[in-house]
Parts: sequence; structure tokens; C-alpha cells
Amino acid sequence: MKPPPFGYHAPRSLGEALAALAAARDGKVLAGGQSLIPLLNMRLAAPAEIIDINRVAGLDTLEAGPAGVRVGALVRHARAERSAEAARVQPLLRLALRHVAHPAVRSRGTVVGSLAHADPAAELPAVLALLGGTVEAASVRGRRTIGAADFFAGPLESALAPDELAVAATFPALPPRTGAAFAEIARRHGDYALAGVAALVTVDEAGRPAAARAGYLGVAATPLVLDLDVSGGRAAAAADAAGRLDPETDIHASAEYRRHLAGVLTERVLHAAAGAARERGT
Amino acid sequence: MFGEPIPRREDPRLLTGQGRFLDDLGRDALAAAFVRSPHAHARILDIDVSAAVDVDGLVAIYTWEDLPGRVGDPLPLLIPHPALTHGRTGRPLARETVRYAGEPVAMVVAADRYLAEDAAGLVRVEYEPLPAVVGIDAAARAEHLVHDDVPGNVAAVLVQETGDAAAAIAAAPHTLEFDLAIERSAATPLEGRGVYARWDAADGSLRVYSSTQSSTAVRGAVAARLGLPAGKVEVVAPDVGGGFGVKIVHPWPEEVLVPWAARLLDRPVKWAEDRREHFVAAAHERGQQHHVRVGFDGEGRVLGLDVRIRHDHGAYTPYGIIIPIVTSTQLLGPYKIGAYRAEVTSLYTNTVIVTPYRGAGRPQGVFCMERTMDRIARHLGRDRADVRAANFIRPHEFPYDQGLTFQDGRPLIYDSGDYPALLRELRKLIGWDTFAELRARDGRRLGIGLGCYVEGTGVGPYEGGHVEIDTAGRVHVATGLTSQGQGHQTVFAQIAAAELGVPIEDVHVTTGDTRRFGYAVGTFASRAAVMSGNAIALACRKVRAKALRVAGEALEADPADLEITGGTVHVRGDRAAGVPLRTVAVLSNPLRYAFDEQSAAATQFAGGGSLDEPPVARGDEPGLEARDYYSPVRSTFAAGAHAAIVEVDPDTAEVRILRYAVLHDCGRLINPRIVEGQIHGGVAQGIAGALYERMAYDETGQLQNASFMDFLMPYATEIPRIETAHLETPSPLNPLGVKGAGEAGVIPVSAVIASAIEDAEGFVVDAMPLSPDELFRLRRRD
Repeated sequence: MKPPPFGYHAPRSLGEALAALAAARDGKVLAGGQSLIPLLNMRLAAPAEIIDINRVAGLDTLEAGPAGVRVGALVRHARAERSAEAARVQPLLRLALRHVAHPAVRSRGTVVGSLAHADPAAELPAVLALLGGTVEAASVRGRRTIGAADFFAGPLESALAPDELAVAATFPALPPRTGAAFAEIARRHGDYALAGVAALVTVDEAGRPAAARAGYLGVAATPLVLDLDVSGGRAAAAADAAGRLDPETDIHASAEYRRHLAGVLTERVLHAAAGAARERGT
Repeated sequence: MFGEPIPRREDPRLLTGQGRFLDDLGRDALAAAFVRSPHAHARILDIDVSAAVDVDGLVAIYTWEDLPGRVGDPLPLLIPHPALTHGRTGRPLARETVRYAGEPVAMVVAADRYLAEDAAGLVRVEYEPLPAVVGIDAAARAEHLVHDDVPGNVAAVLVQETGDAAAAIAAAPHTLEFDLAIERSAATPLEGRGVYARWDAADGSLRVYSSTQSSTAVRGAVAARLGLPAGKVEVVAPDVGGGFGVKIVHPWPEEVLVPWAARLLDRPVKWAEDRREHFVAAAHERGQQHHVRVGFDGEGRVLGLDVRIRHDHGAYTPYGIIIPIVTSTQLLGPYKIGAYRAEVTSLYTNTVIVTPYRGAGRPQGVFCMERTMDRIARHLGRDRADVRAANFIRPHEFPYDQGLTFQDGRPLIYDSGDYPALLRELRKLIGWDTFAELRARDGRRLGIGLGCYVEGTGVGPYEGGHVEIDTAGRVHVATGLTSQGQGHQTVFAQIAAAELGVPIEDVHVTTGDTRRFGYAVGTFASRAAVMSGNAIALACRKVRAKALRVAGEALEADPADLEITGGTVHVRGDRAAGVPLRTVAVLSNPLRYAFDEQSAAATQFAGGGSLDEPPVARGDEPGLEARDYYSPVRSTFAAGAHAAIVEVDPDTAEVRILRYAVLHDCGRLINPRIVEGQIHGGVAQGIAGALYERMAYDETGQLQNASFMDFLMPYATEIPRIETAHLETPSPLNPLGVKGAGEAGVIPVSAVIASAIEDAEGFVVDAMPLSPDELFRLRRRD
């Protein structure tokens, strides 16, 4: 369990980083390393070049404003989780981050790294997808902004081109009269979830759920977002959602159980999110 | 001192990173890595190393053809048994056929482990895949054979019998028949295996460090394979990060090959197993199926019990059939079973070898017996605890002969115990009798379960202890068996301090180092406290007798009137006038030369001693030291009873353990804190086996969860607080009255959790571990 040989670059500026990435044949970006290093050690990944962005200036910004929370590429999970500003603008971020592995992993792993890794069982891709957030990609060719719906291309596959670096991601702010909730079931505390759901529920003036949307992890090849019809009540909405999922069987859980869990969790988060929306008011 | 819950003396060192584990040693050593079979069963057609030899830093690549003489022979079958009619062992490197994915095929030695893995990855092996035999059912069907010359894949058929079980069952008022299963798991110590060897060409001697549970056995095996006299091989077990049974196996292929390569290359060589290797190339345990037939009366008393067991033994049987023996004997637990027959069929499969893992067959046997007790209670509509109580051996019935043969080849005779008291106290601790009210009040889906067990501990043949008091008053204690984190530095020092009357700070303990003690068996079967503990106590008593005799001459007092307090020998009741042990040590070693002021007192013109007697009396020896051994006539039997309250989620089928209670009797407690630590760790491993851990082999023999990401060793977050209480029924078999405690915690847990889930759900649970997914499916089936 030692990595295979690779070339190593430790750029100090974004320009240097992008140049190194552009010049690399089969390059891979190293940020928190919480996914990449195990893959290297197990020789499941063998990139020719590693571009370590940890020394790049200006990527560790965390900004919370009316539009949402913009997280730079070197912001660690723990910092985003602890930020009161971020939690106020978009509470779902903190709710989900608490489920990301363990404190030791969160103190090193990065939010943007998790998005770029595009694991469909991970929490943050589902959150970004649910919120309709964006990823900013930079390369020597220029910059572009990629919407979440386009960003997650497949399991462990993002829309980033080989020479692109994800420099930031934006999680849009919570709209008025809207509450958020997150729930997942994992075999052990901190494991990848067997199934997980993030939900947004908007209530009407009377506090009744008027609109609901859920983002699922662990039940499809990419994060899956469903608009739910809550007019018939939570249970019906949850059953309907579960019926639209097509999860896979693996050694930890059958497809049937995963679908069942997604239904149970949907009902739970719809309840919690509606409660949060009422509590929050306008 | 003896019996006090003093903190572990080794912890400050270990917890501050001062430990010296195998991979902390030999920074300058060459690194070994292994090419392992990717196939569960295949013929090796060709091995091509040409691409690998270009790796910079490569030193050597070895295949079986390079191994001379005994080095390439099949590894020893460590514990032969007449029932093991078809024992088979692997070679250090596979010759023609590989029989599990992970079996070593070639060894690479390079400047460091990175380069060794690079080269190993470039060795091309051409295989002809053969059909893989995976799982007990496939092994029993025997459509394909693991070993061509082992018909039916049957390694052994072991029968243990007392009375006529078939007749007793036929005549019983009630009978039940059912199947029970436990899945395969593994010990997974946090430190894997590892070997580091240094050859001294001028001296013709070898120093081997191994992360082993038996340094003396490794020495014997390495010396034999390499054709060296044992005196030229030193084996040291450094700090070892857990063993739990897997490291008692010896010699591992790597334990032969690394020392051999170190001698051949005349360079130090080290191999530190990585986690992936440990999953596929060390050992597993537990996979076992049981078909039970039981006859009983209206009180739930068992009149006859017949159990047919099929045991998954993996690809080879280097450790013999210890697990089947333990399962078939310890299954009886604390009960008087009228007539009993167990037949264990050990089956080969194309999977990693199966050798003892903490509990060693007991968790399966206890699962079998305790599930049977619950079935009987269910059938009769009686309380589960009452059915157990009806079957207990009574306190006045000891020694109690179960009429079988135990793993030490000796009769299965329980030495002492009080099982009714264990159950009585457990019922109080967990609130057994008020649980129904609690459940009705609580509203959640709760269940309560229990399980009892007896554990044969302190297996022979022997251990030894050496105790020496030096002229600075330090007490050096050595025993040959090894430590893997149990707290031997603490408990052995407590024993010595208590026996000698010295402060524990003066006691220094060495274990697992053949340079200090050459005769030993090893650390397994909950035997260290019983075996080495008693041997050290006996050696201390010899040293004490000599100290009193020598001090008696100096004090002109009768040794019978002397005692030792705080490291000073004095007349009983008069602590003012005494002679410190450091001085006694000086006086016990007559000298010609003084090397310091103290030793001057023992030189020939210092006076003292009769001029008509030789300075060292006939039959006496210089120095304040002694060696003694403890060899028991047979094992001593500890016991316990566990209970748990669980909550099952009606929607998600998650299982949460709300309370876990342990009543434990391991005879006299040397250190209650350490015993509790052993129980906590054992219960944690038991919960792991009950709810989390399994070996997910696919039908081709690929282990799909060979990492801690997918092999679900629980975290602290999954383990509840564990409530413990002790009974102390001393063993009459040994001077200290102690019994073993190392495995106790793990033994009944699967039975207890199954019992509790069954109680919560209302349907029968007959296989463990149980994941939420499986509980979900059981509900659907029901």
C-alpha cells in the first residue's frame, strides 16, 4: 500500500498551478487528499503528475453573502462546517457536513475536493445538486462556471477537463419561507451512506408545505434531485420518491433496502425541513 | 498490590508514541514485498520477472524454485490430531498451485517498500484458473476439490460424545431440530504481521524481530528451516499492536523467507504487512454451520443434544483442528447436558486459512447452545433465564467432568465456578425481571437477550518465569511468552511486587525475548496470567526464600521470623533494623573484585561468612535470582453471563444497543481495571461480529471488502458503555487461584444480541452477523 511513482508539483500561485496542470500528461490535483491518497496507496489510481495546490495563495476564501456561500478550493470541511455565516445563509451546508466522515477527515478534506471527486455516495455533491449550485473552473484557457446539473457526469466523474482546476463552488442561499434538512443512514458513524437525502421545503403563508425538492445520495450513479408533490402529504410524497429511485445492490445493502431507506428518510426530512421553514418564517 | 486496579504502567509510553513496533525498527533494512495470487484457485504456468528486474533499487526476486532444501518445504502442521486425517499446509511460496487469492507466489526485496511494490507489480505470472470452492455448501458438495488428494474436501471429522444422544433425544418429551450459522470474520489487529531479520555472518547468528504471539516457537521454526542451532537464533517480539490469535500461527511464510533472505543477502531485511495483505494473506475464523437436534423435558432440562457442525477451514490447516475441538467441547457451557454428541466436519475452501481468533470456536459453540436454550424457552413458553438456570451445573458439583477431551488433550473437567450466582447477579444488573414493564412504558421497539458461557483458559503445557534482584535493588522479571497489549508489564509486576514485598516501581518486566527467557509456549487461549503469572509467582517465592536466608545470616535472625516490606528484609514487627534487598543481592554473590562501593561488601576480605564453608554453599548458586515453571494438570475454567437491551428501528431496521451488562468470573482478580479493559475490548469485538464484520467473498473467491472502508470494524461510536461486575471463584488448580480473562468478552455476544433482537422482533434469528438489510429482509419474510 505505497503509491506508484509520480511527478510532484507544488505551485505557489494559481497561474503556476494551471500551467502545471496544462503541461501535465495525466495530471491529478491534490488538495485535502482524503480520497486521492488512499486511491494512490491502494494503487487504484496512478496519475503521472500530482499538482499539490495546498500552497496556492488565494484559494482559501469562504464568503457568505445574499447570493449564497462561495467556498474556495482550499477551504476545509471543518471550516465550512463551523462558519456561522455560512450556516445562516445556507444551513444545509452545516447539516450535511456533520455527516462527512469524521472530524479528522473533515479537518483536512476540502469541500471543493469532495465535489470534484464526484462520489455519488458523498454528501456535498447531493447538496450542491439540490441547491442548483455552481462550480467555477479555471484553466490556462480561461474560466467557466458549471452548473451542478452538468457538473456530476457519472460515478467519480466530473465535467472538469483534464487541464481544469475547480477553484470555488457556490451554494445558493436558502430562499424565503424555506427550510432545509438532511438525513442519512450509514453502517457506521461517518461511513458513506447506504442512502441519504437532503431536502428543501417551502411553506405557504399558513405554514403548509407548498413546494418540496429532495437531493439523494447513494441511490444513483450521480446525485439525484427530485421535485416532490407534497399536496398529498409527506408519506405519499416519500413513497412516490422511493418508487422513482433505482439504486444498486452491493455488499452492504440491497437495492430494495436502499429504496426503502430513501423513502423513510424522505418522509423524515420533509417533516424536519417543513418544521425548519415554519420556525424560520420569512 | 495484588488485586488493586492500578493504571497500566505501559500506557504512558504507548500513548505518547514511544512504542517500538516492528515497523519502527530496521530503518536501514531492505524491504520485502510479495507477489500474491489474484486467483482463488489456479495452476501457475509461468513466472516472468524480466520487466521487474529493471526497477532501480531492486535487490532480488525469489520464486519457489529458488528456495533450497527445507526453506521451500510445506510449512509445518503445528498441532497434529488423529481426526485430522487430511491435514495440508502451504509452502512459503507456491510451487504449482495456488489455493487462495493472496497466497504468496514470489518475494521481492528492494531498497525500500515503494520500490519493492513497483517491482512486484511488474512480475508477470501466467495462471490457468481452476474452479474455486467458496463457502461451506460448495465445499460439502465437493463438485470441485481444493486439494486433488483430499476427497470431499474433508480435512477432518471430529466426534465428541458422552452418553447416547440419539436415544436420549428419541426418549425425550420434547424435541426440536434447527440450523444455526455464524459467518466468517477476522481478528484484524491494528498492527499487521511483520518480520525483520539481521544476519551476523561473523558470528553465524540470526536476530529476528517478529510481530508474533510466540517468539520461542518462531525461533524453533526458523532454526529448523534454516538449519541453525536454536542458540544461534534470537527472536524478539517488540511492542505488538494486537494479535487476537492471528499471530500465534508460525512460521508464517514471511517468517521463513525474510530471515532466509537476510542470511543469503547478508543484509537486514524487513517486511511489514500492509492492511490489504492482512485481509487476504493472514487468517480468518468463525465461518461455521450447525444442525442441532435437542430433546428436553417440561422444565427445559436438556436430556440429549446432537450437533452436526460444518467448519470452513480455508485452504490449509497449519493450526490443526483446534477450533473444531474448542467449539465441540465449549459448546456445553455451564450446563449439564444429559447425553451429547458433536460431529465436526472440517472442510477445505479456496479462501484464506482459518486459525483461532479471540474466542477460537467458542462464539460459535456458545451461539449454538444459547440459541438452543432460547428455542427451548420459546417452545415451552418459559422464561429464558429460568431455562438456563434449570440446566446449570451446581456449585457443589465441582470438579465437574463433562466426559469429553479438551484442546490440551486432557479431560474436560471444570475446576470451579458458581453459575447460578452469575445469572442471579446478571438479572439484577440488567433488570431482567422488570424489563417487561420498562418495554411497555418505553414505547420503542425494545428487546432483551442473554447468554452464558464457560471458557477453558490457561492451557498448558507450561510457562516459566525468571526473577533477579540486582545490587541496585531492581527486580528484573522475565517470562518467555509475548505481549500484544494485554498489560503484562503491569500485572506481572503486581504479582512480583506482592510476592517479594517490593515497590512496583522497582519491578521491570520483559516478555517475548528469547535472549531473556528461552523456554515458552506463547500467548493465546487466555493463558498469560494463569501460566506466566503463576510461574513468576513461584520464581519470586524461590528468590524470597533465598533473600530471607541470606538476610537471616546478616541479621543473625531465623529466616522464619523475617519478612520483606518496601524492599527491605526485617524481623517481623521491627521495621527499624533491616537489610535492603540491594544489599542482600550483594551478599548473595561472593566477589573477588569490587566494582563499586556496594560490591566491596561482598569481597573476600570484607569479613562475614564462615571460614570453614565454601563461599557458595554446596547446592547453592551465586546471585539473588531464580527460575521456575508452572505446568498445570489441565485447564482452568472461567465463566460469565452477558445481557443486552437493544432498540430496533421499526422503519430503518437499524439496531442500537442501549445497555450491555457483563457478569464475569475469572477467579482471583490480579487487576480489576485490566480485566475490565479486556472485557470491554472483547465485547466490542463481539459486537463487531454480531452486527458489523464479515468476509464478503464472491463466488470466485475474491474478497470484496479487503479494507477498513468495507470491512466494518466498528468505531467507538458503535459501542455502548459496558457495565461489568465480577464474581471471584478462585481456581483450586494454581497457586494464585486465577483464571484467564483475555477472550471472555467476545464469546457470547452474537448469542446475546441475537436473543435480544429476537425478543424485540418476535421472529427467530438463526444466523449472525445481522445487518440492517438482513433484518429488513427477515421482517419482509416474516
